[in-house]
Amino acid sequence: MEIEKIEQEIIDEFELFGKDWESKYEHLIELGKSLPIIDPIYKTDDKLIRGCQSRVWLYSEIVNGKINFSADSDAIITKGLVALVIRVLANHTPDEIINAKLNFINAIGLKEHLSPTRANGLVNMIKQMKMDALALKSKISS
Amino acid sequence: MTQHKIKLDVTKIRSDFPILSREVNGQPLIYFDSGATAQKPRIVIDTLTNYYLHDNANIHRGVHKLSQDITTKYEEARATIQKHLNAQHIHEIVFTCGATDSINLVAATFGKKFIKAGDEIIVSEMEHHSNILPWQMLCEETGATLKVIPINDAGELKMDEFKSMLSNKVKMVAVTHVSNTLGTINPVKEITALAHAVDACVLIDGAQAVPHMKVDVQNIACDFYCFSAHKIYGPTGVGVLYGKENWLNKLPPYRTGGGTIKSVSFNKTIYADLPLKFEAGTPHIEGGIGLAAAINYVNKIGLDTIAAYEHELMEYATEKLSEINGLRLIGTAKNKASVISFFVDGAHPFDIGTILDKQGIAVRTGHHCTQPLMTCYKIPGTIRVSLAFYNTKEEIKKLIDALNKAIKMLN
Repeated sequence: MEIEKIEQEIIDEFELFGKDWESKYEHLIELGKSLPIIDPIYKTDDKLIRGCQSRVWLYSEIVNGKINFSADSDAIITKGLVALVIRVLANHTPDEIINAKLNFINAIGLKEHLSPTRANGLVNMIKQMKMDALALKSKISS
Repeated sequence: MTQHKIKLDVTKIRSDFPILSREVNGQPLIYFDSGATAQKPRIVIDTLTNYYLHDNANIHRGVHKLSQDITTKYEEARATIQKHLNAQHIHEIVFTCGATDSINLVAATFGKKFIKAGDEIIVSEMEHHSNILPWQMLCEETGATLKVIPINDAGELKMDEFKSMLSNKVKMVAVTHVSNTLGTINPVKEITALAHAVDACVLIDGAQAVPHMKVDVQNIACDFYCFSAHKIYGPTGVGVLYGKENWLNKLPPYRTGGGTIKSVSFNKTIYADLPLKFEAGTPHIEGGIGLAAAINYVNKIGLDTIAAYEHELMEYATEKLSEINGLRLIGTAKNKASVISFFVDGAHPFDIGTILDKQGIAVRTGHHCTQPLMTCYKIPGTIRVSLAFYNTKEEIKKLIDALNKAIKMLN
């Protein structure tokens, strides 16, 4: 499915919560809990995204021209946010990932987590995913 | 002497702080982050507004009335601070950009003149990064060694170890008066006396102390004391460095420029007397005056009254928080001021902070610029509730409910 279609799917899902922050965050926490655990061999310092209040590990690999991500965080809400971004970006080509605008984060009312002062790792994680995509792209084209 | 305990009228005080009536995320704001920055009473806000409406001019420069009037007000502000800290001389009060700036000033100038390879500088394990990094940089530049006073499990300085670290190699002891993460009140008078016995100079970081207690620099006998205005209900961007006259006279200027000189020629510049030698450029004029307004406001209520009320709040909050299963208090010193840090087993501070925020409660989460301390406790960070005299027991009850809700949601 195209990135924007997945984003729309998430927007529709979150619409059910309306202004009810509690259900929204409960859902995020559930998503966090259901995020497939990263293989412990990748949970190393070099996969750690720094500069966040919570620690986030990210592993990216390319299979048949499409990128897979696995990630983990020690904070469950961050993990829920990570799960959403992975759902949107995973299984796409490097170019699709690099060009993704990820407007859904704003649309589902979680824009505050993109604030740089929030330091929760989401901004840095998205940046890292795009950088990994770029690196893996140059690897297949070389 | 009988001490009359004046009860603090918290309803009246809350009405002095306009921001406290706003809502956050649809809930009345509960502000437990005064340790990061305190809210401002109307009198401080009015002082800043009036400055721009009626008084704006540059100080120490003009012959015109506006300039003379504002110079007088600015110097009166300095006198208010002198009196508040009980400094011996008015010129021992230097306006800076804040506590961080004050520490950098001393580290740079004292370092330039008095620190050489082989010397030692002592800080403590509970210091804010602001009272570590300037000294660490100085040590790297000069070949001096940075030594660290360790803490015990309660978060108190191990004074015996401090004593054993003292020798004639120690040139500076820089410690905090009150820990911003643990709330521990350090025995700064004793620390100063011990350091002076080996002729070491003493700097006390008072950023977290000044809002909560009466500070008497002559009684402590420290050589330098610093704080930021914004933590004592004053404006941001301004702070104070107190320094003993003889020390300030010995230090070279820090930043040079307009205002710091007696005469300038290309061959020789004669620097101004204290404190102007350290105040280059146009200062934060309204900030200095605003700080004096904040100090006057606090003194009108009385720091003893404030301290007693805040202590009661802290005891109440500590008791209520301790009842929560799996909650670990970080910092349980016998002598504490207004800061409660904790960690909930199985829940990241960031998650708890986020859910508290959704319920209108502002706390600080993270390492609080004290990463070495977090390493010492082996935790990623804490949730910090810092109390001020505008907080209430009612708010603490709401915090407990909100915290229980957060824990339930996260499990």
